[in-house]
Amino acid sequence: MSAKQFSARIDTPSKLTETKEICQAAFARQKSRFLVCAGTGCVAMGSLQVLAEFKRLIAERGLDVDIELLFEGHEAKTAVSFSGCHGFCERGPLVRFEPLGIFYTKVKKTDVAEILEAALDNGTVVERLLYQDQDGNRCLTEHDVPFYKGQQRIALERCGATNPEEIREYFAQGGYQALAKVLSAYAPEQVIEAVDNSGLRGRGGAGFPTAKKWAFCRAASGEPKYMICNCDEGDPGAFMDRSVLEADPHAVLEGMAIAAYAIGATKGYLYVRAEYPLAIARLQKAMEQAQQWGVLGENIMGSGFSFNPEIFHGAGAFVCGEETALIASIEGWRGFPRIRPPFPAIKGLFGKPTVINNVETLANLPHILLHGEAQFAAVGTERSKGTKVFALTGKLRNTGLVEVPMGITIREVIFDIGGGTSEGTKFKAVQIGGPSGGCLPEELLDLKVDFDSLRSAGSMMGSGGMVILDETSCMVDIARYFLEFTSHESCGQCTPCRDGVYQMLQILTDITCGKGRPEDLALLEEMGRTILAGSICGLGKTAPNPVLSTLRYFRHEYEAHILEQSCPSLSCKELIAYWIDPDKCKACGQCRKACPAEAIIGEKKVAHVIEQSKCNKCGICLETCPDKFSAVSKITGRQKDALLVGA
Amino acid sequence: MPTSPEASEQKLEHVFSRFKGERKELIPILQTVQEMFGYLPEEALKEVARFTSVSESQVYSTATFYAQFHFKRRGKHNIKVCCGTACHVRGAAPLLAAFERELGIECGATTDDFEFNLERVACVGSCALAPVVMVDDSVFGLMETKRVSECLVPKGVDNE
Repeated sequence: MSAKQFSARIDTPSKLTETKEICQAAFARQKSRFLVCAGTGCVAMGSLQVLAEFKRLIAERGLDVDIELLFEGHEAKTAVSFSGCHGFCERGPLVRFEPLGIFYTKVKKTDVAEILEAALDNGTVVERLLYQDQDGNRCLTEHDVPFYKGQQRIALERCGATNPEEIREYFAQGGYQALAKVLSAYAPEQVIEAVDNSGLRGRGGAGFPTAKKWAFCRAASGEPKYMICNCDEGDPGAFMDRSVLEADPHAVLEGMAIAAYAIGATKGYLYVRAEYPLAIARLQKAMEQAQQWGVLGENIMGSGFSFNPEIFHGAGAFVCGEETALIASIEGWRGFPRIRPPFPAIKGLFGKPTVINNVETLANLPHILLHGEAQFAAVGTERSKGTKVFALTGKLRNTGLVEVPMGITIREVIFDIGGGTSEGTKFKAVQIGGPSGGCLPEELLDLKVDFDSLRSAGSMMGSGGMVILDETSCMVDIARYFLEFTSHESCGQCTPCRDGVYQMLQILTDITCGKGRPEDLALLEEMGRTILAGSICGLGKTAPNPVLSTLRYFRHEYEAHILEQSCPSLSCKELIAYWIDPDKCKACGQCRKACPAEAIIGEKKVAHVIEQSKCNKCGICLETCPDKFSAVSKITGRQKDALLVGA
Repeated sequence: MPTSPEASEQKLEHVFSRFKGERKELIPILQTVQEMFGYLPEEALKEVARFTSVSESQVYSTATFYAQFHFKRRGKHNIKVCCGTACHVRGAAPLLAAFERELGIECGATTDDFEFNLERVACVGSCALAPVVMVDDSVFGLMETKRVSECLVPKGVDNE
């Protein structure tokens, strides 16, 4: 059975409300549904196969009903659909059974028949696929899972709960109502005032007040004005923008249209990384739908306001996340940042007043304008309002995307929501804010997460990457890692960043190789301060942060590398050796066979020995040595010198 | 695939017909040309310069600035080992080394049979599944060195 697609042209705000009611009624005729996560993480774990299996089995039962039939008044016992990212990527593929909200984790294709049978025939639940918390309790819905309990979702409100490729679901959930409200009842200045009252600050890193930026642009002369959404999320360790774009693209478009109205822009760009193909596809689709329905494009909802954004595919340069470099890139030049002032709000794209807002910032706008700025301002701290999305990754139990109120402590995020460090490891530090941020030690776990507290501790909110490090992570290596990144991504225009960061990287590399000198530490600090002060753009101005913060909190690790030729975390390749304990080795020969460098000598019943001159330190021997023997270990410093005498 | 000069010219004409030849179109033009040829051949860059009235050196300067653009023939499949922070702390370096061993090439190179490119990327945004490898558009999460060979049969994860 198929039906004519339900579609309409929304030419007045009341038509939008009418559409909302029709859509709500139609989806309510769907008595239950299986929502399979099709975010990038779950897709990587096989969720598309799970989705296909649901479709196949539901069709086999004769239950599949064309969505259009719902709009014609037909009912459906059940349906299957997909959503964007739920955030709990670690446990994917995720499936939610609505309306009960039963939350299945790590679902395989072979589990689908059992899930269907339980839900549709028996009214039961497949216990084994429910999330099990640390006390062994099974969690029935997302609300029971500790990972979600401490969260407060505004920007991610619909992520994972809606089909991102179906604008009618967005309508049913109140989509484009904020835009309609603004266009029919607010003057642009009133929008700016409302956002000012909400206290919203930019989520892209620097935390600049959004309304202030808009007001500058509104007041600036020059036509046309441009509204740009910065989707060039390049910070390693951050993926919130990608998830929002993939899971709720209409919220971003709606936010962008609101911003455009406020500043008086009719043209716009979404600057998306080429590494995010799915985000681009979803945005493209969402834009087409929004234009077709009349909530984007010419004369939006009969208001006389027109806004036509287009997608620009970023070509792979981290520095283009910086506003002025992004502008240069859209204009067709190398992504060289420009000296500010003039700020883009005054003189931006093609020399015209331009506002650039980050994805998460824009995704907050519909909520703020629909529910009132006071409600938003009630969340968070004095100077950081609302919530922030963090990408929680690294050595912890529950990795994924979380949204928390500003002012929550780092400890609550990592331990209550993230479940603490991975089994058997001990927390050492948390790296916040990517290459611009810093590493904070255990003593600062009770620090509040907001723009200003983080900055005063030598870190930064950045775009919201939170990488948890345990005792196997070497802090010197982490600092070196970030400088390798910024040095590679430096555009090369200004000397402090181009040469300074490169020289700092050389010094750090020497230290990780055991060639550091005691005076290097003071030199690093001096260079870091100079680069912070003398660089043109945000990349250089923050590049030394990872080094300065680790020097501040983990100086002893630097000293161990320099003074004792020791890497306490057993991580720096040049300072460690692999060693077979002759008392534990049972001469099983597995490491010898696996060693790609043929560096292991030994025969039956004779404890094996690693020939250090041949060893390339790939670590395969450590991986292959059976757990019951655990004869291979990494050694460093004095222990290494002592054990390898004569080797 | 190397193509004849005539065929290349035709392809370029096809690309150019979609643009006006303005400076601001330079990057989208280069992206479309690369999509067509798999890389940016020297001759094509010259044609792009002519079409956009931007000097050859400027076209080359812009193209080389961006990591997305390549100037040599590439392999059929692209292996990107993610070396983002989360992947780095969960063992991206040994993983990359394992790919280098398995393919017999260094990072950044293409195999002799033009089957695979191997490169490292800063972050593919799948940090929760670190370490991650992308083969063309498929993401392989929670990778281990011993699973390297399964990535070399290009297909998605079979969820059986």
